[in-house]
Amino acid sequence: MGHFLFFLLATICVGAVLGMIISRNQAYSALFLVLAFASMGGLFGLLNAPFIAVVQIIIYAGAIMVLFVFVVMMINVREGLPSEKKKWIFAVSLILAFVLFLEIILAASGRLSSLSGAEAADIGNPTNLGRLLFTRYLYPFEITSILIIAALVGALVLLKKKAKE
Amino acid sequence: MIPSSYFFILSVVLFVLGIIAFFIKRDLLTQFMSVEIMLNAANLAFISLAKATGSLDGQIIVFFIITVAAAEAVIGLAIILLIFRQKKSIRTEDINLMKG
Repeated sequence: MGHFLFFLLATICVGAVLGMIISRNQAYSALFLVLAFASMGGLFGLLNAPFIAVVQIIIYAGAIMVLFVFVVMMINVREGLPSEKKKWIFAVSLILAFVLFLEIILAASGRLSSLSGAEAADIGNPTNLGRLLFTRYLYPFEITSILIIAALVGALVLLKKKAKE
Repeated sequence: MIPSSYFFILSVVLFVLGIIAFFIKRDLLTQFMSVEIMLNAANLAFISLAKATGSLDGQIIVFFIITVAAAEAVIGLAIILLIFRQKKSIRTEDINLMKG
């Protein structure tokens, strides 16, 4: 059952990312990305991280991608996107990506087999996470709130239309 | 029991796909989306390794990454909207003010 769920969610995730790459329409790209992030939330759930899974679905698939869809609506490129004329960029990016893939896999290959993940079934429950968040990681947590305030004010300042003199 | 290495390999695949999308897309908005894909692939790697080591710290880091990604998305989209207001285009070929 677990394997079936994993391969189903992984297929959906990779397929949605491929659909985002292939799609010419920005709104469709954003919706494909919502699907990819939602299935990744399911993968987080399979990894004993229920709280992170819920946060992923609410914040990523909910908030951030809705923000993207809003921006797509505001920008509203009618004529569609230009096709990629330069074929060599595609080839070079494929080669670079493949090299990076091999590099990461080779670098991690010695340890991959030892990643059994058999121990500690219920470490990820929200009680433990919240306790850790408010004791050892208290200062980063508070600093993050300052970061969010700064981002909010920054976005308002950036997008404010200049008053007519 | 699914081995954590499966999740790790999936995260590498997603990261590489994000890089390919970043290079072959020609407008700012979808390039920004591919940056989000790469962030999510990193999250998946963190969580799979957190499970493999039996520690919660990886999940905490992912929590912070999601928060920072939200802030980054807000600022990035604001900048993209500003560029669109000034240039009436978000194609990367049109943004060549600093090209020699």
